[in-house]
Amino acid sequence: MSFPDIPRTATRNLTLPRLPVLAILRRYGLLAAFLVLWQVASKAGWVSPAVFPPPDAIAAALWKGLWTGALLDDIAISLQRAGTAYAAAIAIGIPLGLLMGQIRLVEQALDPILQLFRQTSALALYPVFILLLGLGEASKVFVIFWATLFPILLATTGGVKEVDAKLIEMARSYGASRLAVFRRVILPAALPAIFIGLRLSATTALLLLIASEMIGANKGVGFQVMNAQYNFQIPLMFAAIFLLAGLGLLANALLVTLQRRLCRWSDPTN
Amino acid sequence: MTSLQSGGLSLRNLSKGYALPGRQLSVLNGINLDIEGGSSLAIVGASGSGKTTLLRILAGLEDPDLGGVTIDGTPVRGVGTERAVIFQEPRLLPWLTVLDNVAFGLEVRGTPRTEALERARHYIRLVGLSDFAGVWPRQLSGGMAQRVGIARALTVQPRILLLDEPFGALDAMTRLVMQEELVRIWCEEKVTMIVVTHDLEEAIYLADQVLVLPKGDGTPRLIETNLPRPRDRTSPAFVRQREALLREFGLH
Repeated sequence: MSFPDIPRTATRNLTLPRLPVLAILRRYGLLAAFLVLWQVASKAGWVSPAVFPPPDAIAAALWKGLWTGALLDDIAISLQRAGTAYAAAIAIGIPLGLLMGQIRLVEQALDPILQLFRQTSALALYPVFILLLGLGEASKVFVIFWATLFPILLATTGGVKEVDAKLIEMARSYGASRLAVFRRVILPAALPAIFIGLRLSATTALLLLIASEMIGANKGVGFQVMNAQYNFQIPLMFAAIFLLAGLGLLANALLVTLQRRLCRWSDPTN
Repeated sequence: MTSLQSGGLSLRNLSKGYALPGRQLSVLNGINLDIEGGSSLAIVGASGSGKTTLLRILAGLEDPDLGGVTIDGTPVRGVGTERAVIFQEPRLLPWLTVLDNVAFGLEVRGTPRTEALERARHYIRLVGLSDFAGVWPRQLSGGMAQRVGIARALTVQPRILLLDEPFGALDAMTRLVMQEELVRIWCEEKVTMIVVTHDLEEAIYLADQVLVLPKGDGTPRLIETNLPRPRDRTSPAFVRQREALLREFGLH
């Protein structure tokens, strides 16, 4: 849809014209400088290359791991663990949050126990989960699920509770049914808040993934970090660490893209 | 587009109070009033006189403690498709474009989307916003947003239009323009218009009858304006009406 230029948005154009090169430099210059410094420091022996191998050696180890497929297996199993847990957290957290946000009785009944669970560190509970579920996949998935559930649940509940009551009343004045009010007012209004929960949880999922893979795993990116360190394959260790950072960035970028698509109305650049 | 609409209202013994800690605060005390279909009524009164409560009861957003409302002879309770409310704030849904906001009232009533959009376009044109159909609400000025709210209410083709201080949040200049627009639309659409306002000049400009609600136990008074349209705010007759209304509040 096209529309004429509205004066309100015109102020954005008053900033200086941007050169693409300058924009890239401004955004990524410091990162590039950091990598260059690392490379030089490692090569020149300012830091021990055994502990801090130069970035080109790390890149080579990463490339080799991906090319031979060794790291690909680790990525696959890690994504499966984190993905299963994250999907379960969404499947339970969002509907329960929507319910809690709308029905006071449900929220009042569940809030104390959820607050207690939430304040108990998932890592501290991991040994309990291992006792209950064994050292296999189930305890790993469950600890990630546990840690990712609460941000999604609380963000959804909060988002629903903060929906402007005046908008709900407006919809009601047009004879909207409860379902229509929910679908057309409450859900879209709560969506930005739900996305905040989803993005928080994605970060948490990767964090807990690593922790769980460091105990009793023989595959996975987190396992690979530990394993490479034991075997003194330091470039491979760093490659796995960077891989994790990459996964985190990728997950966030996917969620941001999805949010932009679903919440186009709240995007100030649109 | 309106045909055979009457929109006459009858208010019988309408009473409403609120429970405060330790005592009962009575806001409306047995209001009786007949409003002719297609006429315009303004409700004025000091704050706390219950004018907004009265409008909300007429809208079906609140229930009276006693008494009732009939529309064209039929008793009504709750919200109904023959009425539409324009609130003080535009109350637009920020995730819908102007067009979808205007079609919203029809769509939640189950009107097929294509028909709802077609009717929405008609009323967007009527309020002069054709060029802004695809714009998000946050890109609109206050006056434009309120026009969208008016178009949304008109799109459901109500017999009765209920307005709760519709221009109270607008600047003085925009308010004058909007009052003129509203009178034009009211003449075109032939709906019954009931508007709550604290602006006496606005009441006289918009309405055929002005209901003055007392604060406390006094009796409500109904004043006929009887001025030819279009109304000239500076004419001696208009000024006399304004003085008469001010006297009702003991201010002149």
